[in-house]
Amino acid sequence: MSTATDKSSSLFGYVAEFSSASELYHAAEKIRDAGFRRWDVHTPYPVHGMDHAMGLGKSWLSAVVLCGGATGSLVALFMQFFTQVTLYPTVVQNKPTNLFTIPAFFPVTFELTILLSAFATLFGLLIFIMLPRWNHPLFNSRLFSKFSDDGFIMVVEARDPKFKKEETRDFLKEIGAEGIEEVAN
Amino acid sequence: MAGNSSADTQVHPSEAEGVAREPLVLNNRSMGWITERICGIVENRQPLIWWVLFVPSVALFGCLLFTLFYLVSTGVGVWGNNQPVAWGWAIVNFVFWIGIGHAGTLISAILFLTRQKWRTSVNRASEAMTLIAVMCAGIYPGFHVGRFWMVWFLAPIPNANGIWQNFKSPLLWDVFAVSTYFTVSVIFWYIGLIPDLATLRDRASKKLPKFLYGFFALGWRGGNRQWRHYEMAYLLLAALSTPLVLSVHSVVSFDFATSVVPGWHTTIFPPYFVAGAIFGGFAMVLTLMLPVRKLYGLEDMITAKHIDNMAKIILLTGTIVGYAYIMELFISYYGANKFESDAFHLRILSGPYTWAYYCMFFCNVIAPQVFWFKWCRHNLWVVFIIVNFVNAGMWFERFVIIPTSIARDFLPGQWGYYSPSWVEKLMFLGTFGMFLMLFLLFIRFLPVIAVSEVKGVLPEADPHYPDWKRLREKRRQSSAS
Repeated sequence: MSTATDKSSSLFGYVAEFSSASELYHAAEKIRDAGFRRWDVHTPYPVHGMDHAMGLGKSWLSAVVLCGGATGSLVALFMQFFTQVTLYPTVVQNKPTNLFTIPAFFPVTFELTILLSAFATLFGLLIFIMLPRWNHPLFNSRLFSKFSDDGFIMVVEARDPKFKKEETRDFLKEIGAEGIEEVAN
Repeated sequence: MAGNSSADTQVHPSEAEGVAREPLVLNNRSMGWITERICGIVENRQPLIWWVLFVPSVALFGCLLFTLFYLVSTGVGVWGNNQPVAWGWAIVNFVFWIGIGHAGTLISAILFLTRQKWRTSVNRASEAMTLIAVMCAGIYPGFHVGRFWMVWFLAPIPNANGIWQNFKSPLLWDVFAVSTYFTVSVIFWYIGLIPDLATLRDRASKKLPKFLYGFFALGWRGGNRQWRHYEMAYLLLAALSTPLVLSVHSVVSFDFATSVVPGWHTTIFPPYFVAGAIFGGFAMVLTLMLPVRKLYGLEDMITAKHIDNMAKIILLTGTIVGYAYIMELFISYYGANKFESDAFHLRILSGPYTWAYYCMFFCNVIAPQVFWFKWCRHNLWVVFIIVNFVNAGMWFERFVIIPTSIARDFLPGQWGYYSPSWVEKLMFLGTFGMFLMLFLLFIRFLPVIAVSEVKGVLPEADPHYPDWKRLREKRRQSSAS
């Protein structure tokens, strides 16, 4: 037992290649059903339905963006009311300088809502997917680099509690892997 | 084995429909071929024509810098605009360029939300076009303020007397709209680029390109645990950009519509401007993409179907624009406002700029009507000529709206005639140089088609693709040889 953990500590995991999106999809279902947790599929494009095959739920990035948008609206309304109504009311074109100015404030409110939502999308995304991270053990694998061309790659990490050096390799072969590569940490 | 699953008994949706859809990528191209062809543009030497276009465009960009330098060092008087026509070519060109940008966002956002999969092979280049066009547009109001070094007054910062910007002014709305539009477009474009930058990173053999593409790819690994958030981000940005793009040209039209100038003060302006912007933008997309697809051999990805679809959008939006022109005339005739009816009388019959009105009407309304015929939509020369009519026509539209309305104001004593000075003409040519130069640099350094998105619309990209066994055989053979 102790030797197995020693070995797997130097091993990052297995990179396995499948020959099509269909095979990767079904392999993902089997890995999911086998109870693995620390694994992922790497594809050149987002495969439709893969979230379901992997047992992943909805992305809650939308909640972050909602908060960003709400912040944008509030900041814009505050900025406009505070500067135009409270701080220094300027009467231009006989427009009111009170609560009824609000129609004139809509365009800027709208734009800032969109702007802050977009920033929330960008930075929320980067936090959710934990990028930028320029160095990763997977970048040492030649097989892995095919993911950005036409490779359908599955990675099972050694730190997964279900991971066993021999059995996992055999299991990957059984579910249709065409080539398997070990990746060191 | 995966063979036990239901995948081989399922029928592909396109076959189940009974009507064979035209494939989005022709000749059964593989994913590897797509990567090779698109990344090859960046990795190989550019064709001679690239240099033939690049050198003069840099020279024209130099003219732009020179005219800007001359303008700042001398004063805005070097432009031909003066009372009564204070908004001359500067604002005409601003609206012209900002309008062109709209097609890029329409393709990337609205066609994404409406699940128009053909957008994938044209969205990257049109988004790049959007960004470059907005940069060209931004130059004009920046310098039109008179003292360029005071342009920070546009930002919401109080001046030395504690006076804030007037948030009730459409001009300030415009500042917010255009800067938001540019920023959101950059974010959208960049997020779309990340997977493709990773592809270029993984293919790069030289150190510097590998470092730079790798740096901007942020370490993208294409895992589904990344893709699922990425797809959500893309969807959200599309949903945010859709109302944004409709708002930008609406706000631009408010610059005119909220004034009291006859010829500007009309409620039809926002939808009319947005339709016109999409119309002119698609014309510019086709102007750029027709040569690019020919030069770099992208006909299998940007197919006749793409050009056909875009020509149809041009026909639709051009007809909406035509409706708006006629409705403007009708309202000025039917409404009881004397100034309004005089403004349009001067515009179409007796004014000094009637020639521009008829140029506009011919280029924007009559010329695109040939797209009713399939033969015209499929003949690349016809398409190219018509879209250039549209490019010119949309410029004339802004010219007709801006100087003709203010050259004939309420009081005949204030009437004047505007013609541009050589500085304005050279500057306008210069922005074309800048536009072309930046677009050529984009082709040179970034994937002109969204590689990952085009792969996603191939039939075999579907996990329920029925013929996956053949794919496996093909791949085994190619890896054996």
